[in-house]
Amino acid sequence: MSGRSVLKRIDWLTILFYLLLIGIGWINIYSSTYSGDNTSIFDLGQIYGKQLLFIALSLASIIIILALDASFYERFSSLLYLVSLVLLLGLFLFGKTIAGATSWYDLGIFNFQPSEFAKVTTALALAKYLSDIQTDIKTRKDQMYALLIIIIPAILIIPQPDPGSALVFFALILVVFREGLPLYYLGLLMLTVLVFITTLMFGTTWVGIGIVLLIAFFLLVKKSRFKVPMLPLLTFLLVAIAFSLSVNFVFNNVFEQRHRDRFSLWLRLEKDPTKLEEIRKTIGYNTYQSEKAIESGGFFGKGFLEGTRTKGDFVPEQHTDYIFSTVGEEWGFLGTSTVIVLFTLLMLRLVYLSERQRNDFSRMYGYGVISILLIHYFINIGMVTGVLPTIGIPLPFFSYGGSGLLGFTALLFIFLKLDANRLNEWN
Amino acid sequence: MKKLLLSSIIIVIGLMFIGRLSYLQIFSFSQEQVLEDPAIKAIYDYPERGYIYDRNSKLLVGNDPAYDVMVIPREVKAFDTLALCAMLGIDKEKFIRELSKARVYSPRLPSVLVPQLSKEDYASLQEKMRHFKGFYIQKHSLRYYDTESAANVLGYISEVNERDIAKNPYYAQGELTGRTGVEKEYDDILRGRKGVQYIQKDRFNRDIGPYKNGILDTLPEQGNELHITIDKTLQEYGELLMHGKRGGVVAIEPATGEILAMISGPTYDPSLLVGRERSANYSKLHYDSISRPLFDRTISAEGSPGSPFKILNALVALQEGAITPETTITCYHGFYVGGRKRGCHCGGGMRNMNVGIFRSCNAYFAGTFRKIYDKFPTTDEGMDVWEKHVKSFGLGGYLGSDIYTGRPGRIPDKEYYDKWYGDNRWSSSYIISNSIGQGEVAATPLQLANMTAAIANRGFYFVPHLLKKVENKDISIPRFTEAVHTTIDKRHFEPVVEGMADVYTKGTAQGLQIPGIEIAGKTGTVENFTIINGVRTQLTDNSVFVAFAPVDHPKIAIAVYIENGYFGARYAGHIASLMIEKYIKGEISRKDLEKRMLEKTLDREYAKPYLGEEFKINEHVW
Repeated sequence: MSGRSVLKRIDWLTILFYLLLIGIGWINIYSSTYSGDNTSIFDLGQIYGKQLLFIALSLASIIIILALDASFYERFSSLLYLVSLVLLLGLFLFGKTIAGATSWYDLGIFNFQPSEFAKVTTALALAKYLSDIQTDIKTRKDQMYALLIIIIPAILIIPQPDPGSALVFFALILVVFREGLPLYYLGLLMLTVLVFITTLMFGTTWVGIGIVLLIAFFLLVKKSRFKVPMLPLLTFLLVAIAFSLSVNFVFNNVFEQRHRDRFSLWLRLEKDPTKLEEIRKTIGYNTYQSEKAIESGGFFGKGFLEGTRTKGDFVPEQHTDYIFSTVGEEWGFLGTSTVIVLFTLLMLRLVYLSERQRNDFSRMYGYGVISILLIHYFINIGMVTGVLPTIGIPLPFFSYGGSGLLGFTALLFIFLKLDANRLNEWN
Repeated sequence: MKKLLLSSIIIVIGLMFIGRLSYLQIFSFSQEQVLEDPAIKAIYDYPERGYIYDRNSKLLVGNDPAYDVMVIPREVKAFDTLALCAMLGIDKEKFIRELSKARVYSPRLPSVLVPQLSKEDYASLQEKMRHFKGFYIQKHSLRYYDTESAANVLGYISEVNERDIAKNPYYAQGELTGRTGVEKEYDDILRGRKGVQYIQKDRFNRDIGPYKNGILDTLPEQGNELHITIDKTLQEYGELLMHGKRGGVVAIEPATGEILAMISGPTYDPSLLVGRERSANYSKLHYDSISRPLFDRTISAEGSPGSPFKILNALVALQEGAITPETTITCYHGFYVGGRKRGCHCGGGMRNMNVGIFRSCNAYFAGTFRKIYDKFPTTDEGMDVWEKHVKSFGLGGYLGSDIYTGRPGRIPDKEYYDKWYGDNRWSSSYIISNSIGQGEVAATPLQLANMTAAIANRGFYFVPHLLKKVENKDISIPRFTEAVHTTIDKRHFEPVVEGMADVYTKGTAQGLQIPGIEIAGKTGTVENFTIINGVRTQLTDNSVFVAFAPVDHPKIAIAVYIENGYFGARYAGHIASLMIEKYIKGEISRKDLEKRMLEKTLDREYAKPYLGEEFKINEHVW
């Protein structure tokens, strides 16, 4: 296939979203790290200068990704996966520690973060495994294997420590669901989370009453023909209440104070104003400052380079994990909602592209891409706007960082290459 | 369905975020955020407080630079503590205490270490200060008084408290505001308007440049200078005369209502309430509960006016046709009320109005007072009329002047006595003491001076006030420039004024005539009581005097009230006479009179109630 046909068949709409996000991201990195001195935007001594270099590198890598044969990715996915596992293992010996996490290799000109690379290879490996003709996701054994592919890199990443990145891998379970894992797993998972949260907020008694009321409601509205399996229902009720009780126990006896603080901050459990103030100054400082920065932007924002809280460096890590607060302060609701809409459109477009694949591998990989982007976007913006607890992972295409940007670019453009190639796949 | 699941999740998450962001950025957002933005700090530039001048443009209050020693604890390097302490003139313990206090406040922000150095200390420190890293000297301005007088008139300034801040959003912590007197009344004119500069800070509270390039910044507006109506020379002279005496002296220019002097004794040097020793001095003044120097007797001491009040009764009687100037009343060295005799010092005999006034005959005025009430079918009606006339002289209520504090005095009305005796159970005899200015009537020296001004003007007065010019422009406040008319016709004043003039020529104040100035006045000798160990005890009479001069075109009306000064002609009469001469002639011809007043004190009288032993009152020697 010639390069020209790639350019013809590639999905330009996705590329447009990609470029917009990267462009807006860079503008906000510039604003977050601009010191007021009149230096060139290409100044590599400045964060924004470096990010510009990373963008250039990413664009260059796109050419390579698109130039490679589409079948390369499927064929070598297992190998790439193994390589990434080795790289993750190697960190225990040769890793470079930055800010307490041993997550990088020092490559001289820049630091390479293998976990970003592993996200791509794991998505490829999972797609490869699931699309294998011999795999039947309905069987327990294959479900276990699929889960292992996801969990192994996560387990290697947790002790770096980088629990945030490890969490990202679990998003790939969405792919497995798409390919046939029964949905009640997902329902059960969500119910568990719900019971956990509501127990913390309202206590076991209310949770119990709530579940009983729900069951009663269900029994009332059900069709009369439908025979209710009473035993499992009662078991479920008892298990839920037991779980709710155990949540209290774990929260009060197993969690450390800093964990409790995180949860009380997130769920607004603390009502005592002096303690609240204390939390705002310590564990909740980031969230509080970032919320305030976003809030202070109002509808129209304060304008480019006019963010007072941004300039004052009140929000820590503002050019990396908290980059979205700069958007909020300087561009206001107009800016933030634009970014949300762009991400939403990008992911919906990718769902559409995935679903039109004829090749199982391509579709499954597409879902992997969406899952990874989605969880990054969800957790990051949730954290920055204060609706989720603090979990430090970057916002794709936005946050400062070379490995991250290259990783996300590779993740996306491998899929675009597969998509551009979809008509050629008859074999 | 599974195909739609992921799309739905994406859309739901998107909507959730939009919802959260609109909550934050649209519903929670408020414009006032700039004020609480930790990244923006307002730095205020305080204008110099306006100067205060007297009526002849002599400086009363200016500003002096003051110097605070500041410290930024983080920048302090090792230094010789003892040497610095010696330079600053404080002991080491205090120094260490202040330094740790500053560190607790903020290691990065400047704190005041030693406030308000003197100019001399500053001169010697200025050079050496730079050897001590982290310490520096900051200049600001303090009130400077070009007089030791008029503390009660000028008032003082102090830092705002939380109540002030809540009441007026202009103020911020640490700013100064007027507390009493002119400083309080005209605070907003004097203080000007502070300028503000918004500074962008980082999270370590370091300045990183102007906020929005300074477009929101404002320049300070200078404070305005005031001219007040006080005559500095007269005020200072009056305070000299009041040395060792308690009481109040108020002089008013009748043609304008301008207060020429307002002397409360004892008083204090206004500069005591400025500078490093301020709070110590304030406590000392505040807790002096015997002589009460912070108590402004000119506006807050409500005393029985005594005989000067007789003049009002005469005027009321004339106005109501109860008497004519020729009506005579016999004085039996006193008069009888309900079978009890009340004394009189006038000498006895037939008294008409003229003699009644200049001899201050109690019997004459008791009779006159009765005649007023006899004109009316009921005592209530008589009381209403009497009250209306008397109150029209500005007694028994606030005058509406521009003096911040003060008391309204008291003119009793029928409700007052109904409460006391019961409805219709009293008559003019019950309240006869009011005829001679004792009894239930009470007035402040300011009110007495104003009353005298109204008599001097033959029937009207201007609300007494202190403000003369703002930024050299005469005031045009209708409240002060429009005359207030009494309810007494002009023609009734002449016989009364004549009697008052005769007080000096043939009456109770004969020795006090000023050569070359025709003067009208009235003495008063007021019985007064205190409570010692639960027993009502009479003290030496208060000495009261009101006067105005010249009789025809009055330039000054004055009221003098001296506690326990005995006869009106003694202390009060002397001081009134000297004040008038000083104001009109500019110098004193009667040096003996002046010497007597400058030297004599009433300390012996004031000590009596505290001696814990029997004492005599109203002693004839003086």
